[in-house]
Amino acid sequence: MSGPNTSYDPVEVAALDPQAVDDAVSAALVAASSAGTLDELRAARSAHQGDRSALALANREIGALPPSAKAEAGKRVGQARGRVAAAFAARQAELEAERDERILTEEAVDLTVVPPRRRVGARHPISLVTERVEDIFVGLGWEIAEGPELESEWLNFDALNLGPDHPARQMQDTFFVEPADRSGLVLRTHTSPVQVRTMLDREPPIYVLCPGKVFRTDELDATHTPVFHQFEGLVVDEGITMAHLKGSLDVFVAMLFGAGTVTRLRPSYFPFTEPSAEIDCQCWICSGTDDSCRTCRGTGWIEVGGSGMVNRRVLTASGIDPDHYTGFAFGLGIERSLMLRHGVADMHDIVEGDVRFSTQFGMEI
Amino acid sequence: MRVPVEWLRELAHVDSHVRGKDVSETLVRVGLEDEGVHGGGVGGPLVIGRVLTLEPEPQRNGRTINWCTVDVGQANGTGEPQGIVCGAHNFGVGDHVVVVLPGGTLPTPDGSFQVTARRTYGHVSAGMICSERELGLGDDHTGIIVLEHRLADEPDVLAALVPGEDAIALLGLDHEVVEVTVTPDRGYCLSMRGIAREYALATGAPFDDPAGIPVAARNDSGYAVRLADEAPIRGRAGCDRFVARVVRGVDASSASPSWMRRRLIDVGMRPISLAVDVTNYVMMLLGQPLHAYDLDSLSGEIVVRRARAGERLTTLDGVERHLDGEDLLITDGGDVVLGLAGVMGGASSEVSSTTRNVLVEAAHFDAVTVARTSRRHRLVSEASKRFERGVDPAVADRAAQLACDLLVRYGGGTLDDGVTDVGEVARRDAIAFDVGLPTAYVGLEYPRGEVVATLRAVGCEVVDREGQVVDVRPPTWRPDLVDGPDLVEEVARVRGYAEIPSVLPRAVGGRGLTHGQRVRRLVAQTLAQQGLVEVLSYPFVGDELFDRLGYAVDDPRRNTVRLANPLQDEAPLMRTSVLDTLLDTLRRNVARGARDLALYEIGLVTVGRPDQPPVPIPGVEGRPADDVLASILDGVPVQPRHVALAAAGDAVPAGPWGDAQRVEASDAVAWAVELGRALGLELLLRNHSRAPFHPGRCAVVTLADGTVVGHAGELHPKVVGALGLPARTVAAELDVDVLVAATGTPVQARPLSTYPVAHTDLAVVVDDGVPAADVAAALGGGAGPQLESLTLFDVYRGDQVGEGRKSLAYRLTFRAEDRTLTTDEVSALRDSAMRAAAEAVGAVQRA
Repeated sequence: MSGPNTSYDPVEVAALDPQAVDDAVSAALVAASSAGTLDELRAARSAHQGDRSALALANREIGALPPSAKAEAGKRVGQARGRVAAAFAARQAELEAERDERILTEEAVDLTVVPPRRRVGARHPISLVTERVEDIFVGLGWEIAEGPELESEWLNFDALNLGPDHPARQMQDTFFVEPADRSGLVLRTHTSPVQVRTMLDREPPIYVLCPGKVFRTDELDATHTPVFHQFEGLVVDEGITMAHLKGSLDVFVAMLFGAGTVTRLRPSYFPFTEPSAEIDCQCWICSGTDDSCRTCRGTGWIEVGGSGMVNRRVLTASGIDPDHYTGFAFGLGIERSLMLRHGVADMHDIVEGDVRFSTQFGMEI
Repeated sequence: MRVPVEWLRELAHVDSHVRGKDVSETLVRVGLEDEGVHGGGVGGPLVIGRVLTLEPEPQRNGRTINWCTVDVGQANGTGEPQGIVCGAHNFGVGDHVVVVLPGGTLPTPDGSFQVTARRTYGHVSAGMICSERELGLGDDHTGIIVLEHRLADEPDVLAALVPGEDAIALLGLDHEVVEVTVTPDRGYCLSMRGIAREYALATGAPFDDPAGIPVAARNDSGYAVRLADEAPIRGRAGCDRFVARVVRGVDASSASPSWMRRRLIDVGMRPISLAVDVTNYVMMLLGQPLHAYDLDSLSGEIVVRRARAGERLTTLDGVERHLDGEDLLITDGGDVVLGLAGVMGGASSEVSSTTRNVLVEAAHFDAVTVARTSRRHRLVSEASKRFERGVDPAVADRAAQLACDLLVRYGGGTLDDGVTDVGEVARRDAIAFDVGLPTAYVGLEYPRGEVVATLRAVGCEVVDREGQVVDVRPPTWRPDLVDGPDLVEEVARVRGYAEIPSVLPRAVGGRGLTHGQRVRRLVAQTLAQQGLVEVLSYPFVGDELFDRLGYAVDDPRRNTVRLANPLQDEAPLMRTSVLDTLLDTLRRNVARGARDLALYEIGLVTVGRPDQPPVPIPGVEGRPADDVLASILDGVPVQPRHVALAAAGDAVPAGPWGDAQRVEASDAVAWAVELGRALGLELLLRNHSRAPFHPGRCAVVTLADGTVVGHAGELHPKVVGALGLPARTVAAELDVDVLVAATGTPVQARPLSTYPVAHTDLAVVVDDGVPAADVAAALGGGAGPQLESLTLFDVYRGDQVGEGRKSLAYRLTFRAEDRTLTTDEVSALRDSAMRAAAEAVGAVQRA
């Protein structure tokens, strides 16, 4: 429409009459607001904004006007068309919003009915505690060492200064492999043979944690199980002392049982360590302030394991010079940690494989 | 070891305000374990009473109670007789008894309870007349305590009884008994002498050695004893000292004094007769086990020797024992067996009520000999416990002397002049000890003076020369002190472990978890995230399990290891698959009401071998020779780590969303395949037949190179039946070690093409028996490297493809690295795939 209108017909100029333009606008606004559906609105729009609508025709006339009249007529028609377009757009938005809302309402479903597309699994809490303990020591720069569960007698006993007449070597504690007097094999009674394997395998400095399954001939009851899990730590380096043992244990219990928890060492006896110490952990429930505390039975301390400086004879049997290196070792039970930390009252629940036990822990502990 | 505080006070200085709890804490500090404090639970008023009247009153329940009035002096505040109902009948008017008045407290297993006046049997009973058990004095509750009987051997005390006076001290109820556990290295603490020494060490208080008594010197006129051990164990003579003394004309069966009986009860022993009580008392005091023989039952010299084949002995506990050549015996004249040395005597020479002449034996027996005999005969005695842990060889003559002195004092008679004391106890070697070692081991400064003083306080002889090294000769009662660190522990514990600082050592910086450890966690995590629940089971199985699993006679999984002493006789073998025990766990869960289950377990299995060699047990003087070490390490059976899973019931239950979906074999296969994907491995499948799976519903899972990872599928119906599992149980077992070995090398990334993908569908018809995996493999090979994915979206069997045939419909997705593929190119690739499938598996394109 930018060029001059060559087919100018002065008879139809009436379309530009202000009254006619106003009428056309009013009619268009009424049509827009009275459209009840998007389809009606589309029809009304075609009638009032289409090529053959009154305003379209009027617009077409402007080109034929003398230049002096063009500006005013153009302004009048342009404003009229703008009002009409805005009215239709607004109504369009209104009707679309109504439609969208209606659809959403119709689509509503009851989401309290959850279809079990995926069953939720779970880890065994013994595994979870083990991994947590591993992560604590890995965080300290230690490594995780492992070994077989069916183990040689020499690695399980002799190399650990448990001589042939040591009580632990008797049938009442240890599972022996047939023929018991010749096989030289046992189910390991602790993860200490992994310590020996590590020392035989490499030179100090050694900073390892040995978690794993161990076996003793105890009947299953509320607090004992013949198959259980423990983790042992071993450090062999120059200048290692009992203070380092205490420091490692203190950091560990603070991380597993809560900041501020500390350990206490008590003199004790183990064949593979000298000096030896029992490890008591400060009660993380009552810190010794509650005489009737069920976790520590009012003593403020909980016995959690054994420890000590690696016996010189153990270092020697493992090919490490005990005059050059010293080391410490400790051992704690996973089941006991689990029972204490999570209030498990009966060992049966841990060992019987009932899915309800694992499921209540999920995958993080 | 039970430690009466009253007895301890006699041997070590114990401050008067110190209670049992304090004694316990002190002993724990130096290495004994706390087992609690007994006694001290009785609270006053507990007074002496004299029975004034006693009226038996039969009751309707058949019992007869006694309505008593008892004179309790002014203890009740009024001086009036106290009315008390009592159910016992072993006392009469005029007897002195023990009365707890209202307000008094009596011990109970959980603490104590307070006595109040209460209405019972039609009377108000204002207190109780007490039995031994009610006061925690013993187990006798059949009758109440009659002081005329209890104090029969102390007429002076008896005569001085005044009703209303306190009875707590009279009965020793103010005594507390501290119970401690003694570690195996501290045999000397199984005596009051040892405990008192430890207490003195811990407190720095003086110690009065009860063994420091005058002893008659050995001579040749004593009873003949011959040490004739011809088979020492590991070079150690079974007996290196034997002291024998004789007391004649003693009343061995008379009652021992009440103080001694009281102490024996306190330490947990039952008073029997003077001779027995004295030997026990001296053992508890000095740690030296003693044996008393009826001298008149002996006929010849006492000979100590090893047992001979076929010898038997009936021990004091009435058991006839078949003796072993390693058992050390005490014999009469070499022929008649009197007892198992250091373990238990025989019945024949026992002291009896008619015994008048007693021979007291105080000998020192070798720890290993006694330990082996004790275990061999499953016979643990107070004597064997002490000899196993080590008895002070220097105390034998003192113990015999003290025992004889007590026999003479309380049983009359005379002590023979003859003193038998045979054998030679080797003097111990001194330890060259670096006085800097405690500081180096503990990380706490121990000055030289403290080190030397502590070792002397422990009982060591210390020769303090110039220089770092001193000579330390440990005391005779400390066989556990043999090298430097043993002495370090003494220095450290006497100062106290509480002083040890807490210092975190700086590790060198580790590698973190190994690849294998990370893979194992990922396997566990992946299965849990797929809805399976991790469980644990004991790795023990029974002989018949492999039959139930349908293993062939020569199935290598029958090779395993047998335990010599299994927990249950019906499960003596180590599992060779994790499924062996996981399936039983599944069954248990079903038995407990679970219906829809999916479980997994990761654990070791045993690969047994028929030719399992004995694994050597070398010495520990140093690192074993390389070949010995190799045969140790290689002799341990291979134990790969497996993961097994088992599922039954519904994978998706029925509900508003639709019908239930049962777990099926393909679920087990899918879990296995997904596990591979989580590790970046494309695992391959082949249909396979293998126990314990359904022969037509089992897939072998392999790596691309054909290495078997494991198997998955549905269990054989017979296995399901034999193991009592839910019908259609599915399972899988994979070797985690294989998965670990197959991964770990860094994946090399492929560049990602951003050109558009082109999809095309292809349905092929093959014989029903052709595995889909083979069709897919052929199509994939034919389609070439531009094939991005191949998805089976439909399987059809029916009229349109004919009998015994099936149609597999695939969607093939192609993408080129460098351009947009044209329609013609895609068609050509699809045709190429089709040709490959036709060639490989006889596939025909479906019209």
